Amino acid sequence: MASADTLTTTFAALADPTRRAILARLAEGPATVKEISEPFVISGPAVSKHLRVLEKAGLITRGREAQWRPRTLDAGPLREVAEYADGYRRFWEASHDRLDAYLEELQQKEPNDDHRE
Amino acid sequence: MTTANRTAGRHTTTFTTPSDREIVATRVFDAPRRLVWDAFTKPEHVSQWMLGPEGWTMPVCEIDLRPGGKWRWVWRMTDGTEMEMTGVYREVAPPERLVNTENWGGEWPETVNTIVFTEEGGRTRTVATVVYPSKEARDAAMKTGMEDGWGQSHERLDAYLPTVA
Repeated sequence: MASADTLTTTFAALADPTRRAILARLAEGPATVKEISEPFVISGPAVSKHLRVLEKAGLITRGREAQWRPRTLDAGPLREVAEYADGYRRFWEASHDRLDAYLEELQQKEPNDDHRE
Repeated sequence: MTTANRTAGRHTTTFTTPSDREIVATRVFDAPRRLVWDAFTKPEHVSQWMLGPEGWTMPVCEIDLRPGGKWRWVWRMTDGTEMEMTGVYREVAPPERLVNTENWGGEWPETVNTIVFTEEGGRTRTVATVVYPSKEARDAAMKTGMEDGWGQSHERLDAYLPTVA
């Protein structure tokens, strides 16, 4: 279960577009710092700083020793954010969207409008 | 009220919390009220759409639509996980108003749900109010988002990640 503090840390980490891009890259699979840095025009140290923020937030993990050890996405906190943000809503939105389509289908089947009041 | 986007399926669900114990979900459907009422109250309809995110089916949908009548819905996910929800109808006033209790079992608090159906020129507005026994219960339900009920899959995370990236 997500505590308010965990969520705050996670949201703060997600607030930066570079960090979101890094997470999107790691969602494809583990990557070294060099690989992560490639798409960015910012310096290596700047990328490392972002990586530290993501690590502190528990969003990524890295191999124990060397710098080149690949970073890996840790989905846990993101999952909590996803749940927080849309767990409840998602169920209803998804269901209502499906009902939209279903009602359309029903009305096509019964064009005589016998449901009208 | 709503003027733009008349294409079916382009409406959205809005959520509000008018009091400490409530969640209100409002949605407009491009269909007459009687049909929307049926969609919410007949098992053969409910089991077709009340399915949440992708991957769920509703193999059991029992509805005894009268005051005091029970309802029981069971969802099954592709991995076999099942979730049951039960309740009792309190008010059944077709096609305008439906009041029922809702119970997830376990530690989830029972809620009282009211759906009001309003016809607006061939469209139907549904306003669903869920009342929790306490603010804490309401907040917990919103925060942990039916964690157990709707489960978490990698697919869902996959779908989520592009939206934050």
